[in-house]
Amino acid sequence: MFDIVFWILAAVTVGAALAVVILRDVFRAALSLVLLFLAIAAIYITLYADFLAVVQVLIYVGAISILIIVAVMLTREVWRGNPSGKLRIPALVVSVLLLGTMVFTVISTKWETSGEPPLQPTTAAIGSSLFGGGFILPVEITAVLLLAAVLGAIVLIREK
Amino acid sequence: MSVGLEHYLVLSAVLFCIGLYGVLAKRNAVVILMCIEIMLNAVNIALVAFSRYVVPMFLTGQIFAIFVIVVAAAEAAVGIAIIIAIYRSRQSVDVDKFDLMKW
Repeated sequence: MFDIVFWILAAVTVGAALAVVILRDVFRAALSLVLLFLAIAAIYITLYADFLAVVQVLIYVGAISILIIVAVMLTREVWRGNPSGKLRIPALVVSVLLLGTMVFTVISTKWETSGEPPLQPTTAAIGSSLFGGGFILPVEITAVLLLAAVLGAIVLIREK
Repeated sequence: MSVGLEHYLVLSAVLFCIGLYGVLAKRNAVVILMCIEIMLNAVNIALVAFSRYVVPMFLTGQIFAIFVIVVAAAEAAVGIAIIIAIYRSRQSVDVDKFDLMKW
């Protein structure tokens, strides 16, 4: 049962990612990106990461995809579509070589997996390790990063 | 063979390479940004899979994934702001025409 779910999700994810790269209409590519984000949230659920699945739906499906769709609509060039540049063949070669290297490494490595059952639910544990388990400095730096990103976006996009 | 760590890592590698191909080959800047998001999501899958299969009682991989998501959100906001600012001055999102920083 679990295996079937994983294979379905893997097929949906890879298909949606290929659609983002292949589809000629940029808007349809953005919509298949939303499908990809949702399928990745489902993959997090199969990995017992319930809090991350919710975060994925909230931030990626809710916020980032809206941002990307707005950007597609603001910069729409219907006559251009989604063409590939001059680097199409070298990019294909580099990607396939990297994929081959990574798959070979993953398969030939002997991973030391643990047989323990996963911790669940994860929300309380993630909260206590983020705010009380040595991650408090990165959390504060992240707050500064978000503030800088918001200010930077406003300054960049402001009318002169 | 039941689904294990290797399957998630191979899935993550496939997604990462699709995103890499899109970043290198595409000419529309918004599509390049979308492909960068695919790559970040692929890395997140690998992090969460390691967290689930190698150290299931510690959530370090998931916490890393949360930080990656935050940085991705900041990157998307600033990246789209840059693209729209360039679109205003150039009337194009074709990266072949983005030569503003070329001497």
